[in-house]
Amino acid sequence: MISLFASLRGDRAGIILLILLLLATVAVPVCNLVVPENSPVHISTFTMALLGKYLCYALLAISVDLVWGYLGILSLGHGAFFALGGYAMGMYLMRQIGDRGVYGNPLLPDFMVFLNWKDLPWFWHGFDMFWFTLLMVLIVPALLAIVVGWFAFRSRVTGVYLSIITQAMTYALMLAFFRNEMGFGGNNGLTDFKDLLGFSLQSDSTRAGLFIASALALAFGYISCRYITRSRLGQAALAIRDQEARLRFIGYRVENIKLWIFTFSAMLAGLAGALYVPQVGIINPTEFSPLNSIEMVVWVAVGGRATLYGAAVGALLVNYAKSFLTVTFPDAWLFGLGAIFVLVTLFLPKGVAGLFKKQEAHR
Amino acid sequence: MISSSSLRSLLNREEVFPFLVPDIPPELDLSHGVILYLEGISVSFDGFKAINDLNLYIDDGELRCIIGPNGAGKTTMMDIITGKTRPDIGSAWFGQGINLLKLDEPEIAAKGIGRKFQKPTVFEEHTVHTNLELAMAGDKSVWKTLKAKLSSEQKDSIYEVATLIGLKEQIRTRAGSLSHGQKQWLEIGMLLMQSPKLLLIDEPVAGMTQQEMERTAELLTTLSGQHSVIVVEHDMDFVRSIARKVSVLHQGSILAEGTMDEVQNNQQVVEVYLGE
Ligand SMILES: Nc1ncnc2c1ncn2[C@@H]1O[C@H](COP(=O)(O)OP(=O)(O)OP(=O)(O)O)[C@@H](O)[C@H]1O
Ligand SMILES: [Mg+2]
Repeated sequence: MISLFASLRGDRAGIILLILLLLATVAVPVCNLVVPENSPVHISTFTMALLGKYLCYALLAISVDLVWGYLGILSLGHGAFFALGGYAMGMYLMRQIGDRGVYGNPLLPDFMVFLNWKDLPWFWHGFDMFWFTLLMVLIVPALLAIVVGWFAFRSRVTGVYLSIITQAMTYALMLAFFRNEMGFGGNNGLTDFKDLLGFSLQSDSTRAGLFIASALALAFGYISCRYITRSRLGQAALAIRDQEARLRFIGYRVENIKLWIFTFSAMLAGLAGALYVPQVGIINPTEFSPLNSIEMVVWVAVGGRATLYGAAVGALLVNYAKSFLTVTFPDAWLFGLGAIFVLVTLFLPKGVAGLFKKQEAHR
Repeated sequence: MISSSSLRSLLNREEVFPFLVPDIPPELDLSHGVILYLEGISVSFDGFKAINDLNLYIDDGELRCIIGPNGAGKTTMMDIITGKTRPDIGSAWFGQGINLLKLDEPEIAAKGIGRKFQKPTVFEEHTVHTNLELAMAGDKSVWKTLKAKLSSEQKDSIYEVATLIGLKEQIRTRAGSLSHGQKQWLEIGMLLMQSPKLLLIDEPVAGMTQQEMERTAELLTTLSGQHSVIVVEHDMDFVRSIARKVSVLHQGSILAEGTMDEVQNNQQVVEVYLGE
């Protein structure tokens, strides 16, 4: 525990990020719950949910940066881990609805009744328990990462081929989840959630709780990634990024290092997805769409690779721009995303974080 | 029907089934005084025989120089010993009991074979210190590496090696900004940190000044004895200054072996070198 925090020594940007997070955990819920609505500093529940969503994206971005920035694996499939964590949480929320669904079936979610199913599929069992759900939120993405990573890393697939594999992985999952027979609600996904742990998702205090949980998860994600990257394992990871073959000749099992870090990253992404779903109120197969995973990479590129805090900042900036653009010019977002990516690669190869570093170097 | 005798053998608790015997290669056994056996090894790349029925034996504690014209297969030979390239046929043993052809690169490194590459390959983004730290002998499993902390002896040994390779001042310097010769030295330093039993050193003095070359020669000679060293080098003066026994590699097999003088007076060797 102590060494976990010791890894923050000398990490000015990271400490600033964590302090801001801490402030937000207190200030945002207070401004929403305590400050009266007509006050200028009041934060609406809508805004709080939006901010909470951004925090989940920031955690997701950090998980992408861990494998891309530090290990050199350009994962174009992290959306799959995020979505799987989200689906696990969604299944729990569906079971929490109980007999309050449209069809009033105490056991089966509405879409199953609609499909004339009589029994709950085996993989839906256990999701009425929160602890089990939390476990699955981490284990399911981890298992996928282990299986894909085990095959890919052992056969020494690297570079573009690896990116294509991860992209294919999320695409295949998207197609699978679109199918009604899969038992995840088909293209409608899972929605109409009511409670979480018995607290109504409509209530402001539950929303505030989710916001706080997201901020804490982001802080945890940052500190744990920082701990990994500062350790000798993190140095070995960087060495893999730069000279993979060389590291083998000094006795490191490159595929194992990749597998563990990739799996840990997948778990963080799953956690982000699980916190995201109750705040946006829906999870559907489009979360698996290849484009989403590419967007995540853009966040990290914008923020600055291999800095962790940069990834978080990039996720916030790009998503803020996205929220703004999709409201003002609904059709322009994809062009905007492309333009951001091109501009950043041309003018800010080290991302926004590079700007700060440059200033520090000048001093 | 299982015959009663085979049934008995199945029930025999003394019996250890072959599939239950762990396939862990034994530790290095140097009882015969030979550390490396390469026998009947051939490799071809797209039909071109880079190594052709190569036989080579290295004694424990020996310093062996390998010379040979460009493309003779010297680097390929090192690739085979370190698990990078698999031979088509032949056998490679480390001591009496370790079959190198069954191990992969990290396993071979863990058994005690270290390598310096022809083109110096250090981790450019890392400092000299981190390069040495990463190479340091020890448990390199994921968990141990995550929790690793430098003990004061380990810190000392990193500084010792840095001093020895003349990079003490640059210990916090990014390896990528070192000169070519310094990178060569850093790679030798990484080898020392690994403390292997057998060192394979591919063209150590390329890009070095006369002075640096002399120091390298000195270092390599002090290493032999406790370690076995194989040096591949083109620079004949350098080879002459360190060599006791020289092997000449030509078209993938050993052409001649002996002292530097014997080799240089060998008619075949002269032809190979003059024929270039
Ligand atoms: N991976 C490979 N694929 C195809 N050909 C190869 C490969 N590796 C080596 N060769 C060929 O095998 C031959 C031996 O190469 P090697 O690098 O072992 O020579 P060398 O003795 O180290 O030469 P030099 O003194 O130039 O370093 C060369 O002709 C080379 O082109
Ligand atoms: Mg060579």
